Amino acid sequence: MAVPKIWRKIPEYYNLIGRQCPECKELYFPVRDVCKKCGCLEMTDYKFEGKGQIVTFTITRTPISDPEGENTEIPARDVPYAVAVIKLEEGPMLTAEIVDCNFEDIEIGKNVEVVFRKIMEHGAKGVIQYGYKFRLC
Amino acid sequence: MRKVAVIGLGQTRFGQLWERGLTSLSVEAGVKAVRDAGISQKDVEVLYGGTMSGGLFANQEHLASKIPDYSGFKNIPSVRVEAACASGGLALRQAYLDIASGEHDIAVAGGVEKMTDLGNYSVTKVLATAADTDSEGIFGATFPGLYAMMAKLHMHKYGTTEEQMAAVAVKNHKNAMTNKYAQFRKEITVRDVMESTLISDPIKLLDASPITDGGAAVVLASEEKARELSDTPVWIAGSGHATDSISLHDREDILTLKATVEAAKKAYEQAKLTPEDIQVAEVHDCFTIAELLALEDLGFVEKGSSGRFTEEGQTMVGGKIPVNTSGGLKAKGHPVGATGIAQAIEAVKQLRGEAGNSTGAEIALTHNVGGSGGTAVVHIFRR
Ligand SMILES: [Zn+2]
Repeated sequence: MAVPKIWRKIPEYYNLIGRQCPECKELYFPVRDVCKKCGCLEMTDYKFEGKGQIVTFTITRTPISDPEGENTEIPARDVPYAVAVIKLEEGPMLTAEIVDCNFEDIEIGKNVEVVFRKIMEHGAKGVIQYGYKFRLC
Repeated sequence: MRKVAVIGLGQTRFGQLWERGLTSLSVEAGVKAVRDAGISQKDVEVLYGGTMSGGLFANQEHLASKIPDYSGFKNIPSVRVEAACASGGLALRQAYLDIASGEHDIAVAGGVEKMTDLGNYSVTKVLATAADTDSEGIFGATFPGLYAMMAKLHMHKYGTTEEQMAAVAVKNHKNAMTNKYAQFRKEITVRDVMESTLISDPIKLLDASPITDGGAAVVLASEEKARELSDTPVWIAGSGHATDSISLHDREDILTLKATVEAAKKAYEQAKLTPEDIQVAEVHDCFTIAELLALEDLGFVEKGSSGRFTEEGQTMVGGKIPVNTSGGLKAKGHPVGATGIAQAIEAVKQLRGEAGNSTGAEIALTHNVGGSGGTAVVHIFRR
């Protein structure tokens, strides 16, 4: 992945900054440039607190790491790992890994909070991308 | 809009076809369909071809030029259609709209995917591009992972069991026994499914459709041409297409594929039919939970009751509504771009009385989904 692509995602991935519609006040995360509800284009930044609830989750056990080292934009990962759909307290939902816990403790409805972690390394250039993950709280 | 009929069917064997390439699969399916229609390549006026990613799977784009050239369809207009796993169903719809509009009289709608030139790891990554790379894929959501999250919530909310999901796979494997093009012609048991490798909790290997190479094509004709050329035209009575958010987390309800609901609504309205009128259906069972969700979103059962309905045998041949009589994506195989066309082939065979698991049906429905529900295409066919 090119460095500019990582750089332009920094507010969203590092600081959980999404968008708010100034007209109808609807909140969005991940970032959207147009309000889905009213079509407004002049969206403003909105920083989410990073607290929410698990809507659903899964523990993925088969690796998607690539032994041939082919370069795609989806990172290799160690398995198993937990992924959840999380409903933020402010309303929007997102997809993220659940970390720092025993998988047996993950349940639908449990409260979670954001942590910032390494998401992936980009090949030989060694560019490291950080982003949001969540932990039980 | 003019009436449109399906008058020719062609497909390759589905499976891990090491000896076959993308072009060869496309050509075989298309030319077989043309011959089945009793016409020749020079009669084909336009081609619509569905493929998810010739580029990422097989390093070939611009298929809209290559396929008609190698098929002997000289200089015709040709359109490549992409909507992830719904590419085939959407190619069928675009060909249908073309003929219905009066622009052309004879069209080929095809679909193809060559998946096994990549390793399993890479295939998983390519398929993940049908989800939102920036907000799902990069954060660890794989395709099985997304459907697993739907399955987990369905179990939590409605008490659906892993055994009920397994019953989908058992039925579809049984159905594939009579399909000579199917990837798997081997019966399995609920226990086999339960004991298969866990991929993404609760989805196990035998809940998932396989990685498949294959091509499929149909010939569509205007009413005038269809009556002239065919003794057994099958009419497209309804065609619906809708989209929804590409990412699962942006849906109004994670357990409802609104794209399916909306596409079905359009198809039912056009055909002046209701879900109760459908006698046989091919639905998009990329994972067993996907077939259960489809039964609900297409209106065959109430929300939440699809697991029980399936466990009771109501979707088996002889049940209330036979589903995936071809073996479905699960057992017939799922060469993603070809799937929507292969579904139409089974529907037409059912109505012609040529299906392996014949139901004697006169009205059939097909349902093709892209991604985790970002696209859905529904067609209704009548004899
Ligand atoms: Zn707004």
